[in-house]
Amino acid sequence: MEAFTTHTGRAVPLRRSNVDTDQIIPAHWLKKVTRDGFEDGLFEAWRKDSEFVLNKPERKGATVLVAGPDFGTGSSREHAVWALQNFGFKTVISSRFADIFRGNSLKNGLLTVVLDQKVVDALWELTERDPNAEITVDLQDRQVRAEGVTADFELDENARWRLLNGLDDISITLQNEPDIAAYEGRRPAFKPSTIQA
Amino acid sequence: MGRTLAEKVWDDHVVRRVEGEPDLLFIDLHLLHEVTSPQAFDGLRKNGRPVRRLDLTIATEDHNTPTIDIDKPIADPVSRVQLETLRKNCAEFGVRLHPLGDVEQGVVHVVGPQLGLTQPGTTVVCGDSHTSTHGAFGALAFGIGTSQVEHVLATQTLPLAPFRTMAITVDGELPDGVTAKDLILAIIAKIGTGGGQGYVLEYRGSAIEKLSMEARMTICNMSIEAGARAGMIAPDRTTFDYLEGRAHAPQGEDWDAAVAYWKTLKSDEDAVFDAEVVIKADELAPFVTWGTNPGQGAPLSANVPDPASYEDASERLAAEKALEYMGLTAGQPLREIDVDTVFVGSCTNGRIEDLRNAAAVIEGRKVADGVRMLVVPGSVRVALQAMDEGLDKVFTAAGAEWRHAGCSMCLGMNPDQLAPGERSASTSNRNFEGRQGKGGRTHLVSPQVAAATAVLGHLGSPADLSDARTPVEA
Ligand code: SF4
Repeated sequence: MEAFTTHTGRAVPLRRSNVDTDQIIPAHWLKKVTRDGFEDGLFEAWRKDSEFVLNKPERKGATVLVAGPDFGTGSSREHAVWALQNFGFKTVISSRFADIFRGNSLKNGLLTVVLDQKVVDALWELTERDPNAEITVDLQDRQVRAEGVTADFELDENARWRLLNGLDDISITLQNEPDIAAYEGRRPAFKPSTIQA
Repeated sequence: MGRTLAEKVWDDHVVRRVEGEPDLLFIDLHLLHEVTSPQAFDGLRKNGRPVRRLDLTIATEDHNTPTIDIDKPIADPVSRVQLETLRKNCAEFGVRLHPLGDVEQGVVHVVGPQLGLTQPGTTVVCGDSHTSTHGAFGALAFGIGTSQVEHVLATQTLPLAPFRTMAITVDGELPDGVTAKDLILAIIAKIGTGGGQGYVLEYRGSAIEKLSMEARMTICNMSIEAGARAGMIAPDRTTFDYLEGRAHAPQGEDWDAAVAYWKTLKSDEDAVFDAEVVIKADELAPFVTWGTNPGQGAPLSANVPDPASYEDASERLAAEKALEYMGLTAGQPLREIDVDTVFVGSCTNGRIEDLRNAAAVIEGRKVADGVRMLVVPGSVRVALQAMDEGLDKVFTAAGAEWRHAGCSMCLGMNPDQLAPGERSASTSNRNFEGRQGKGGRTHLVSPQVAAATAVLGHLGSPADLSDARTPVEA
């Protein structure tokens, strides 16, 4: 997965609370067999409305989603994270995320940042006033910066280390390659093999 | 202190143990099917990773495959894409695949054991909850999610959190006409659908020791329906006899070494389980479900329970909802419930012994008017064996449909589904709302009860049938 150190980009203000994963990516998209191509399914129902914030021309190319509280509730589908990433989001800011969604996002390299609702409000106002305003999410210093806003955030050390180094579960396990190889070396010969006799 | 069977198998697979971290476990056998593997392969592709151990990986097609006209293109586009994707992925990565039409194709949990790949003391995973089936051989076998599928493909290991152990001791002897299916349904009714949560169950005791491998698989298969991580049975002579001579079983010196190891795989006398349940086999009777989860079951001779009789408020509510969905009324005798459909098959009861048991009941009899009976072998090998024994003729002579191997109506991903409001007696493992088709109503039963129900047109056991039979012409 891609490493995350610092990211600066324009934002999309999503003034809605309790956005569940079914709204992020509706169930019928789960039939797909890849991890990409979900961008058109992101917030599909809302995007039918041309006034929906994501449809506004000035939001094109934005990479920071500033969402309302309780983002990502509902079903555990990892597709919600993929859809946000496929669309181009690198990070999501909210005052509260659903646990499973947060776990999935950090596993996939989408940084979810928890900030006070007051700070979220300030970011909303800023980006609504000036769609070109940029927000910086700095994982080195665990800080979000924008015009008139400087806010520290927390992230547990293990998750931070993984993101900074771009390590997914698999790359972490593969760091123990010598242990795996050693185990393979001592496996008994009678263990089954699927190679066709 | 002694160790339990599950702990022994776990310990033998630890690749890396670090204080405060989950153990990294080696996986001996990874089974794949079309539904849960595509994103895993896609992840490998994106990161430029190969499959680490092709010799420990095997794939088959089962969930989406049709059971009739298998030589025609698959009509449903989603099913077709999933199957085509599996074929493409297996070809690209070099994974052995048994596609629709192949002689080794079938439900993944039927295929592994019959090839002799599922062996005592192995760790077996698959992106499918009923992987617990393989525990019947004394393997530690459990279902995993798609990101874990990718993890195993790439590393042949999994970081796993520790589990607790529960002994389920079944003493005595199962009465005539009472099967492994009745036993496991009774166990789930007793401990509840959440009773096994966090545990690896070990089934033991004299009644378990007497069971065939097929029957043991039926039991371990449904461990997941009690919420358990896995189910296991210690390997013994029955296990070794089943495996000997199978395509992937060890041979010669390897066989002797393997058996010597397998014999060590039982819980020590002084091993301590975190929980224990005791069941008296002699008290059991044919068991059926009346509700919408596998724990909502009762002996066939009972009546539909009255929700008001439940002390626990959430259970009462669940029962009320279940009766409404199932279209049943409290107090109604279970034997008087009419069915439209009978399904014999699935990884719970789609093996040769299950088909023999159903055939023995229906031989010379007729499926009741207005009832549709589907017999779907768990694998092509099972189908061939059954045809060799003339079982297909027994079923078709009775008016049942003899189908091609696959998951079929167990979950209705292929065209075999219940219509809204239709009611089935099914040898599968889940009676959830809509599992066999939107609005469909499912009663879980044994193959014998399924066959008797088909003849009677309502839930019933072989003992309810008259003696009159017409001989089937060979
Ligand atoms: S037969 Fe049913 S339970 Fe078994 S693998 Fe297929 S769908 Fe799952």
